Amino acid sequence: MAWPGAREAQVSELDVALFQSTPIPLAAKFHCQPGELLALVGPSGSGKTTLLRTIAGLYRPTNGWVRCAGRVWFDTDDGYCLTPQQRRVGVVFQDYALFPHLTACQNVMIAMGHVPVQERRERAVQWLARVRLNGLEDRYPNTLSGGQCQRVAVARALARDPWVLLLDEPFSAVDQVTRRRLQRELALLRETIDIPMVLVTHDLEEATALADRLCVLQAGKTLQTGPPETLFRRPDSPQVARLLDKHNVFQGDIVECEGERHLEWGPYQLEVHADLGSFAPGERVHWYVPPSDVILHRRGRPSRGERENPVESLVTEVIVLGGMALVTLSFAHSRDTLRFEISTHAARRNGLAKGESVVVTLLAGGIHVMADTPIHEEMS
Amino acid sequence: MDWAALSVSLQLATATCVLLLPLALWLGRTLAVTRSRGRPLGEALIALPLVMPPTVLGFYLMLAFGREAPLGAFWHAMTGSGLNFTFTGILLASLVINLPFAVQPIQRAFETVPSHLREAAWCSGLSWWETFTRIELPLVWPGLISAVALTFAHTLGEFGVILMVGGSLDGETRTLSIAIYDRVQAFDEIGAGIMSSVLLIVSFVTIGVVYGLARRKGGPGV
Repeated sequence: MAWPGAREAQVSELDVALFQSTPIPLAAKFHCQPGELLALVGPSGSGKTTLLRTIAGLYRPTNGWVRCAGRVWFDTDDGYCLTPQQRRVGVVFQDYALFPHLTACQNVMIAMGHVPVQERRERAVQWLARVRLNGLEDRYPNTLSGGQCQRVAVARALARDPWVLLLDEPFSAVDQVTRRRLQRELALLRETIDIPMVLVTHDLEEATALADRLCVLQAGKTLQTGPPETLFRRPDSPQVARLLDKHNVFQGDIVECEGERHLEWGPYQLEVHADLGSFAPGERVHWYVPPSDVILHRRGRPSRGERENPVESLVTEVIVLGGMALVTLSFAHSRDTLRFEISTHAARRNGLAKGESVVVTLLAGGIHVMADTPIHEEMS
Repeated sequence: MDWAALSVSLQLATATCVLLLPLALWLGRTLAVTRSRGRPLGEALIALPLVMPPTVLGFYLMLAFGREAPLGAFWHAMTGSGLNFTFTGILLASLVINLPFAVQPIQRAFETVPSHLREAAWCSGLSWWETFTRIELPLVWPGLISAVALTFAHTLGEFGVILMVGGSLDGETRTLSIAIYDRVQAFDEIGAGIMSSVLLIVSFVTIGVVYGLARRKGGPGV
């Protein structure tokens, strides 16, 4: 479809790059493929919603661009900026922003300016059926539950036939049970959607479950973007690890010994599978080990892999959460603590209790070394 | 019974409502959504007729309408007639004194419309004007009705300012309130009584109709 004054851009995906120092600092760059769901995660005030509003055309930062589906929507190089009406975005607002004086069906129909008038009602009913709201077409928002309102909001956003779908904390206003159900429905619905989708959330679990890629933000800056698994195992920086709620970040030094580089951590020389060639001997680094790569040695019964990075420690805390126990260990040479999970019965069998000393293995394949200065995605 | 006075009152009240409503919508909406530091000043100016004694306000308006004052001189240059002691003059005065009664309910109503509803409408493809007519206007409907009711009733009852600006010219500026006062001055208590009852009934019916309209679920749908 041709928009008056719309310009072509050589991209099929949503491509966003924004820079601004005041009033809200921004240094964000990310893209999202058609059919892909990208989650913007970060603490409150990290600029997630501002980025979403910029894509929608509701906010105009001082520098940068937004391109989508082969069109330029916003480019400060030549002061080009389309209005929200011209951009064709589907937005699900945090509190849904349904029009209270319109029925569910009318709320959906209002986004159908591009559809012939006589077809709107029928199409709206179809959209409501797709979000499982059959029979509730003529209800007003104040007679619908939170979950039902959210579905109307999703239907309204999609009824616009948008080129990008933006979801601003769409599950934050409903209870836990409803949230799970709505998340499942979104996961099913997105299979049928072939436009870029951007989800803003502060719930990491939700982001991991729904998104293809996560984009970690802090103070308006995109720190790292990648699939959840990569981010969780290989965070770019201690900052990213902390924002992703990952503990087990320590400081160490790179040492060279008989031509091989090791990671020196207090009295230990840890073996690392990853290539340490990019680090200079003597360089101060941060390193991270995922909880899944911490293996507890069974008392008095040596097992395989015991020679791989054995570390002595003291149990400072054992928290039983149902079938799993969260164990915190401390070390004589470091103030940082190590956390990992084992099954509660394994914890009992090994007599894990506060004050006990234990030996754990840090799997060499799991140890991830990070430069002291965070690495950023190249800003082009 | 002075039917001419009733006619002047009803014409004045209707004309005030019709002319003031668009202005009040614009002012009320602007004051509700603005983040400007000038907002308290604007609000104070609009509320001024509420706190000023009617005779004081009437006195200033009378001065402003005089041919020596810029406004009166301008009007005279444009139309060839004066403002004092004319229907146009009391209508202009009525617009000024009713400003707070019309603007404040509308402003309150616009303040209850969350800003993200406007944004949701824009993102749904609605133009600025469509957003105003299809989303905002239906939502501020009760405030609008309040504004009309207050303005209409207040105009029917206004006395001091109208008397200062318009005097009591039969069929031109003598409103029902002033006619009642004249009757009492002439010791015609029966005449005053009849006219008072008529004013009471007219006011009551008007307010009843207006509030009945407010009850109806606001404005047009999709």
